[in-house]
Amino acid sequence: MAEGVKDKIAIIGMGCTKFGERWDASPGKLIVEAFTEALQDAGIEKKDIDAAWLGTCYEETSVGKSAIPLAVTLKLPFIPATRVENFCATGSEALRGACYGVASGAYDIALAVGVEKLKDTGYGGLPQSDTQVGTTLRFAFPNYTPPGMFAMMGTRYFAHYGLSPQDGKRVLAHISVKSHHNGAMNPKAHLRREITIEDVLNAPIIAWPLGLFDCCGVSDGAAAAIVCRADIAKKYRPDPIYVKSLQIAASSGEEMMCTEWDFSHVESTVHAARRAYKEAGIKTPRKEISMMEVHDCFSITELTIYEDLGISPRGRAREDVEAGFYDLSGTIPCQPDGGLKCFGHPIGASGLRMMYEMYKQLQGKAGPRQVKNPKFGLTHNMGGIPPLNVVSICIVGL
Amino acid sequence: MVGITSYGAYVPLYRIARMTIYQALGWLNPASLLPGEKAVANYDEDSISMAVAAAVDCLDGADRGKVEGLFFATTTAPYKERQNAGIIATALDLNSEVRTSDFATSLKSGTGALISAYDAVSSGSAKSVMVCAADCRLGKPGGYQEEIYGDGAAAVLLGNKDVIATIEGTFSLSYDFVDVWRAAEDKYNRSWEDRWIRDEGYGKFIGEAISGLMKKYALSSKDIAKVVYPCIYIGAHASIGKKLGFGPGQIQNHLFTEIGHTGTAYPLMILVAALEDAKPGDKIIVASYGNGSDAVLLQVTKEIEKVKERRGIRKHLASKKDIGLYEKYVTFREVLNIDTGGRGDEVGTTQMTIMWRERKMLLGLSGVKCKRCGTPQYPPQEICANPKCGAVNEMDDYRFSDKRGQLFTYTGDILAFSPSPPAIYGMVNFDGGGRWLFDLTDCELDSLQVGMPVEMSFRRKFHDVQRGVHVYFWKATPIRA
Repeated sequence: MAEGVKDKIAIIGMGCTKFGERWDASPGKLIVEAFTEALQDAGIEKKDIDAAWLGTCYEETSVGKSAIPLAVTLKLPFIPATRVENFCATGSEALRGACYGVASGAYDIALAVGVEKLKDTGYGGLPQSDTQVGTTLRFAFPNYTPPGMFAMMGTRYFAHYGLSPQDGKRVLAHISVKSHHNGAMNPKAHLRREITIEDVLNAPIIAWPLGLFDCCGVSDGAAAAIVCRADIAKKYRPDPIYVKSLQIAASSGEEMMCTEWDFSHVESTVHAARRAYKEAGIKTPRKEISMMEVHDCFSITELTIYEDLGISPRGRAREDVEAGFYDLSGTIPCQPDGGLKCFGHPIGASGLRMMYEMYKQLQGKAGPRQVKNPKFGLTHNMGGIPPLNVVSICIVGL
Repeated sequence: MVGITSYGAYVPLYRIARMTIYQALGWLNPASLLPGEKAVANYDEDSISMAVAAAVDCLDGADRGKVEGLFFATTTAPYKERQNAGIIATALDLNSEVRTSDFATSLKSGTGALISAYDAVSSGSAKSVMVCAADCRLGKPGGYQEEIYGDGAAAVLLGNKDVIATIEGTFSLSYDFVDVWRAAEDKYNRSWEDRWIRDEGYGKFIGEAISGLMKKYALSSKDIAKVVYPCIYIGAHASIGKKLGFGPGQIQNHLFTEIGHTGTAYPLMILVAALEDAKPGDKIIVASYGNGSDAVLLQVTKEIEKVKERRGIRKHLASKKDIGLYEKYVTFREVLNIDTGGRGDEVGTTQMTIMWRERKMLLGLSGVKCKRCGTPQYPPQEICANPKCGAVNEMDDYRFSDKRGQLFTYTGDILAFSPSPPAIYGMVNFDGGGRWLFDLTDCELDSLQVGMPVEMSFRRKFHDVQRGVHVYFWKATPIRA
């Protein structure tokens, strides 16, 4: 394995907009809101930025293609700018671009911005996505939405581990209740109401077995990060956060085409996690990871991530969920900011929003949601559907 | 010896009781109630998809490479220009060196296609020709025609080997008798006065054709085991046979109260029902009705005893589900223009280049099987999907449409637009290997279980209204008994 990026890059500034139905805000306005906070947080000026990455997924309802809209919106002075897209892992991909640019020695300081404007479609859920799988495969794909694609993982997980739908749904409900509890304390979250297990179980079904509260919100938002060479980070602030690992894994197609894959886990997460722990030098994640922000697009996704990250034993995440292991007061708090569940999922922004929470937590600035003495924070950002996806994992620490 | 070598049929799962129609619209026309029920196509079915289903029933394991012709008869062709038979032949994964033709515009075009196929095989220009007939006609809401029409399909394979019923002769009549009609720009059929149709057309032409046939071949009604002809009016149907000298036992059940009038497919569907009960030596006459009549004389051979039971008419009749609401029926047929909620309006571009390039994959559900490791895979891959193999361009074509599988997982999605929500889809693991995600149809969410067996059904996937394209693909269904 290559040498990796451990401790070569530091995050010195971050910004995150209020997420929600931002009927008032254009994608440009959201970008400026996140960027302004990040710039002030880093204590640098715009002219100090050497290169920029923009993450945005649905160009149809956002700024369009290319990084030009980022450069024009921020009036960046003819610096290198690149747009990246990797489905719902797009935000992490923008961060990865900026980090690798710095780690390569090409730049001292780089900017990553992620933005998505989902509420310009005229209907609920993500924009209709039949062409997202390509102009040929769309003719061979079912008439699907993301809730349905992940719901199939619920159906299969329940069958695979012998859970009745009632018991399975109750386990999943714990996950959503936990995230809403955290999100209620976060002024930047979209959905800020505590909910009960009964609320989750009685909610209307969106895609069986997932109900309304098993699904994350649909929101507009943006987030930004300013990264620099680790060796100059302390010039800008006393408490920079260091990147310990940055990994991404993409499906090989065997999940979708060969019958071995069980549809009860996400294979890319297993691979990305293995490499991320190795790069960061983490041997027993269950003991070493302090907290995490994972891709809880749906409650079932979060349940399987616990296992795929090697934190809960295979098939036994249920026990940890029910024991409160992932609660804010638990051993490894998961979604301390409320997660996608409460923030919603403006695609390009989500990966950076996850990092925003890990960054603030490591700096001890998370207010009522503060996790005690965190050492390593992990973000897990997944794009695609359980049989075909990209998974990005980033571990950061002091 | 030339004749029918195999037969099959298709009746959609859904039925609507004529009383359900009457309860919705009987106030418009209180005298309109007809007895029984009729078969109605699901929202994703049309004449092409039903013809494919009947053809699959008819092929029943036969070597598809040996079919040299495919004739398709319908008055409800999804395309006016683009050969509908060509879509069916591609869906059936027939050899591209196949003679395809559409027979259209008259309810007797089903028997017309049958006679043409017979002539083709008799002349020696083709050894095996498939005839498919299907219809999915619409009467205007509230009228008699709406209650009369049912949806369905039939398929017969004509050949000169292993013939189960030889064709012994034909007799045809052509009259420009305009009882029901539909101009190119019309969606619904129009019709002239019932009494005139019954007394001057329907009541006369079938009898004229059948007696003409019997005279031509010096037969009397005593020589005939079964006489098969369509029904528009139940009373008049019985009178036609009686006037020709047939007893009630010689007249094949018209299925009008079970399926309805299925247009071009109708005489062939009841012929299939007759063949299901036929014995060697039986003489059968099948006659159509529409702008005249064709009458065909068949004689059943000993080979019929070797025919494996198929779904045909009998099994399809027994496998049914009441649609329940008239509103559901008119939504499925796009008579009611429902609100698709925005999401349903968004249809991407249908590229003809892709449709052509990937025709085997998309219409034929053809994948590949790795020559090196034997892994079946869909869609076709250049590099083997088996991570332990990785062979490059060492693939044989592999047809999935005729494979059964098990439902590995599924969901019912209410966010996705469907005219029949929830949109149900799942992952199918094929028997013998390979898997893919498919829409599921003809089922209810509550009836599904992980691991249950499923089969593939050719369906209309979506209608690209902007570009006038009907896009077809295969869906999974629970095995239909």
